[in-house]
Amino acid sequence: MTKSIHQWLLSFMSETATSITEMVLIALVYLAIFAVAGLYLVLLERRVAAWFQLRIGPNRVGFQGLLQTMADALKLLSKELTGTDRADKFLYNLAPYFVIISALMALSVFPFTQELQAFDINIGIFFLIAISSIGVIGILLGGWSSNNKFSLIGAMRSGVQTISYELSVGLSLLTMILLTGSLQLSEIVEVQKNGWLIVQGHIPAIIAFMIYMIAGTAETNRAPFDMVEAESELGAGFHTEYSGMKFAYFFLAEFINMFIISAIATTVFFGAWLSPFGITESIPWLGVFWFLGKTLILVFLMMWFRWTFPRLRVDQLLTLEWKYLLPINLVNIVLMALIVWLNLTIQL
Amino acid sequence: MGYFSNIFNGIKTLLTGMSVTGKVFLHSRKGTITQQYPDNRKTLKMFERFRGEVVMPHNENNEHRCTGCQKCEIACPNGSIEIIWDRKVNPKTGKKKKQIDKHIYHLGLCTMCGLCIEACPTDAIVWAQNYENAVFDRSYLTKVLNQPGSKLMDGVEE
Repeated sequence: MTKSIHQWLLSFMSETATSITEMVLIALVYLAIFAVAGLYLVLLERRVAAWFQLRIGPNRVGFQGLLQTMADALKLLSKELTGTDRADKFLYNLAPYFVIISALMALSVFPFTQELQAFDINIGIFFLIAISSIGVIGILLGGWSSNNKFSLIGAMRSGVQTISYELSVGLSLLTMILLTGSLQLSEIVEVQKNGWLIVQGHIPAIIAFMIYMIAGTAETNRAPFDMVEAESELGAGFHTEYSGMKFAYFFLAEFINMFIISAIATTVFFGAWLSPFGITESIPWLGVFWFLGKTLILVFLMMWFRWTFPRLRVDQLLTLEWKYLLPINLVNIVLMALIVWLNLTIQL
Repeated sequence: MGYFSNIFNGIKTLLTGMSVTGKVFLHSRKGTITQQYPDNRKTLKMFERFRGEVVMPHNENNEHRCTGCQKCEIACPNGSIEIIWDRKVNPKTGKKKKQIDKHIYHLGLCTMCGLCIEACPTDAIVWAQNYENAVFDRSYLTKVLNQPGSKLMDGVEE
């Protein structure tokens, strides 16, 4: 299908114009798909939360509440955009775009199937880590420019948290890079044809996965690491002063970030679009199904965390990172290096 | 070694917590406590200790247990209860006795504190479980609890 569109565009445009048009088209498609996917993640979160608390959850708008978040989005679109007095208007308006754009940019590199990967660069993992930490600038800007104490406290906490946990995310992924020997996502998937990396790397891979999930949850500012938003103490944290669609951008970005963290874990630990034991190897397009399935399981795991654990204090958060996760992570890298060096990996 | 046992304990307690919520999640279909109210209006039963409004139960002979002692009226902190009483001759014993004429209850003033029910020595008034108390006119909220023509049950005063 992409080929026929390419041919059709080439028939009346120059080479450069064609490639630009194609980029724009792909960006639009991704934007549309993931805006809707983000909305459905919100719905999933609400239903799952309800089930954890023995409630039913939204089930009135559309069949089983399927249109609930659509209606919410329409409501948010039609709401007035308010702001505070003496807020830094330029930065205040810029902040949501930082957050949402960094979230959407990260989506472009994921290998959904062998063919369906918008942007296969050779520094894929590095790009993902870099992009996912740009989002915090948006949060800091939002908190700073709102002219609100709670927002500022929330934003500063976010800074502390993201800078600390970024390290763990990077190092736990680095552990797996030792095994693959490449940062390119398509090659990481290629390596996993002999068994997913969590199987290949056995003990250190499992430790790395656990650290990655903890740090990833902290990175997305979700409970139990949601001191950034901490409803009970800070109102809504950095987005207290945002309303309407700007608030919706922050909200959507949080859920897309959750998807991204899970998708990175899927790609690096669970073999991306590869089916378990190669049962659907002959049907390549089923890769999307496997990729999304694995990602949703991990998303569910993060929701499970959220509705189980109480929120950490700031000092506990920093203790966890600097005294526990980081040393374990460094030891784990050495362990993984030894395992790769001595050829102790499990190859199926 | 406190460091490593901390890590071990941490992981153990996290897993314990997750197994608890996980079990709740798996059984959420059966155990749902949400009442989808207007839909199940016919079958919805309020729980035993729910405080809907104060009522005075009557038996099949139209007899209640209220002696007109006015303890409830005194106990009520905001004057929701007014008792209009009279002294009448009891036909059996021939003595003059205090009897209620009207036990007036202002639902609109009531804070559902339950002090009147605790104060009642003869258990003449109890909580009802009804919950649809909205009306279109304030005057409907003033209720006479004893039914017309009702009288005191025998043997309550002894």
